[in-house]
Amino acid sequence: MTEFTPGLSVLGGLFIGLSAALGFVFFGRVIGISGILGRALHFDFGEIQWRVWFLAGLIGMPLVLELSVGSLHGFDPSHPLAMVVAGLLVGYGTRLGSGCTSGHGICGISRLSVRSIVATGCFMTSAILTVFVMRQLIGVV
Amino acid sequence: MGRFLALLMGATFGGGLWLSGMLNPAKIMNFLDLAGTFDPSLIFVMGGGIPVAAAGYWYMQRRTVPVIFRDIQVPLRAAIDRNLVLGALIFGVGWGIGGLCPGPALASILIAPTTIGLFIVAMAAGSLAYSRWHG
Repeated sequence: MTEFTPGLSVLGGLFIGLSAALGFVFFGRVIGISGILGRALHFDFGEIQWRVWFLAGLIGMPLVLELSVGSLHGFDPSHPLAMVVAGLLVGYGTRLGSGCTSGHGICGISRLSVRSIVATGCFMTSAILTVFVMRQLIGVV
Repeated sequence: MGRFLALLMGATFGGGLWLSGMLNPAKIMNFLDLAGTFDPSLIFVMGGGIPVAAAGYWYMQRRTVPVIFRDIQVPLRAAIDRNLVLGALIFGVGWGIGGLCPGPALASILIAPTTIGLFIVAMAAGSLAYSRWHG
């Protein structure tokens, strides 16, 4: 069970949207984390290495907040084996499908990109089915 | 200017994820668990984020040139192809198993290095496997 947090979640969403909006207005680019990560793995940062600096902020800020404010929502990860299987599928799937929750879900839908709307529908559907099979049918996690 | 702004954007994105609760994999799993312990918080994250991002996109198009870079580079492909659908479906299965997508995973790597580290190493391996087979 996790607590329903509409207020904090909308507020967090506004900041995520602001970051994506700044990416559009200042850089003319889509903020897609899987794309940034895919390029980083090939040491292809291009342009003024803005992606490295973006990653530094993305990785650093939550730690600063966690240490100064504490944990707001808790942290309950899945089994380590699930992490490995999940990571492989997420890494491969986001490259094949050209995006994840940020690039397709936030940036793509905000541009009314049909590809992104279809992709978001697909990953939401398969994720819901996966959790249904795991929790309701098999009874794990 | 560009570097500082990019750092600020990353911090804003990471701070937003932290505030929203999306760094806790259990909140994602519960969002996806419609028939069980459903937690609709993620819809509120998208509801807050998409309109703001859309305003930025609208303004970028009106300017026609971004403030820092000289050109706009957004995906223009329109075709709904097999790779898009298959890739998104595979990503969703992984998202459902772990309750993590790339953004929250990177954003929580320093908070829970061992657990999240496993996910990120596997995610990097999956991404490199794609490059080897399709690149």
